[in-house]
Amino acid sequence: MVENDYKVRLEIFEGPLDLLLYLIKKSEVDIYDIPIEKITKQYLEYLQVMRMLSLDIAGEFLVMAATLMLIKSRMLLPAEERAEQQAQDEDEGEEPRWALIRQLVEYKKFKDVASYLGQRALFQEQVFPRHEASAPEVGSGELKLGDVSLFDLINAFNETLKRVAQRETLREIFEETYSVTDKIEEVLWTLGERGSVKFHELFDHAATRAEIVATFLALLELIRLKQVRARQDAHFGEIVIVKATA
Amino acid sequence: MTLKSIIEALLFAAHKPLSPAEIRAVLAGEGDEKTEAALVGFRRVKEAEIAAAIEELKVDYIQSDRSFTIAEIAGGFQLVSKPDYALWLKRLLDVDRPSRLSPSALETLAIVAYRQPITRIEIEAVRGVNVDGVLRTLLERGLVKITGRSDLPGRPLQYGTTQTFLEHFGLRDLEDLPAVEELRRIEAKRQRAAAATAAAAPAETGTPPAATGTST
Repeated sequence: MVENDYKVRLEIFEGPLDLLLYLIKKSEVDIYDIPIEKITKQYLEYLQVMRMLSLDIAGEFLVMAATLMLIKSRMLLPAEERAEQQAQDEDEGEEPRWALIRQLVEYKKFKDVASYLGQRALFQEQVFPRHEASAPEVGSGELKLGDVSLFDLINAFNETLKRVAQRETLREIFEETYSVTDKIEEVLWTLGERGSVKFHELFDHAATRAEIVATFLALLELIRLKQVRARQDAHFGEIVIVKATA
Repeated sequence: MTLKSIIEALLFAAHKPLSPAEIRAVLAGEGDEKTEAALVGFRRVKEAEIAAAIEELKVDYIQSDRSFTIAEIAGGFQLVSKPDYALWLKRLLDVDRPSRLSPSALETLAIVAYRQPITRIEIEAVRGVNVDGVLRTLLERGLVKITGRSDLPGRPLQYGTTQTFLEHFGLRDLEDLPAVEELRRIEAKRQRAAAATAAAAPAETGTPPAATGTST
């Protein structure tokens, strides 16, 4: 039964400090008054189990084991030697036992904050702000645009086709025809409204290959007629369609 | 037309939290001959008046039992739906919400939030484990950003939380975190200790073997 308990728990330890906190909590002792010998024993048992399960024991777990054993060995020293050792520790900074306790207390606090954040995130999942897509973001003037080659356009077109191919398999096909002329008007209307539009946005609502092809041909035609220009801010970046006069 | 209704329209159309300063900047803008008459009445509105109007809106929404409310997030105000309606909104919008953060990601975020700017080694000192993988995930998700370089040897990168962090957790600002004072006060002590150990043992910063617990 005990071993099962180990197996379950092991996966959820975030590290040696987490394991120590768990052991302290399980023993129902005060964090400032840890029975080092008992906790060290339990800690080493856990490492043993991890090894038995041939889990990779992260180096941090071994470092902590060494620290615990150091603290334990200090406590076994006779009283006068311990005092000597303590004086020496004070020169060097901090007694390892107190350093560990301080680290544990500090870690515990951040762990509590982490669970608070987790709860807030859960709450935020239930709350929806205004949907982002409804606000046009393009044309903010931040983009440095360079002209796009035909290959880039065809490449982007190909990507779009692939995406729709995935959608299409799960849909019913309705008989619908799209003329290039209609699509030219649609693209011009969109640009009239917004000044510029991202390449992929032109195809967001397209349901079939036929519709995508029509839109793409419309786009090529508009570029040929110098009504619109396709631009790109980086190699293989997002292609943006702008009105030629703009 | 009232200040209250103008602000309501701004909050309605904005897709990010609006701060009182941003709203004031919108109101303060100059118009031309045609629009000037309408604009002038609200040109000199103070931020306190904007805040008061927002409070009135909040009360309005409560009194008329609306399905949305005004949340204070990342230093601004934003219209958000009430949790009770999540059931339906999820079906409408939830398709590509990113997955939840792992406990180790949350722990790391908590440390960065209180101790920023902070280096990777400093985070690892608190958590006692390698945080390479977690930190990368947090950077990718835009919850953490690189804020600069520390003056410590090797000039390691420093990290801090982002606006997206506040938005993700619905926090007004960093002061909105629990026990801010207490967790920052430890900071001073820690820095003194770190300065002492850094002087004594620089070898301590050696990277430990790859950790297992850094999944996301």
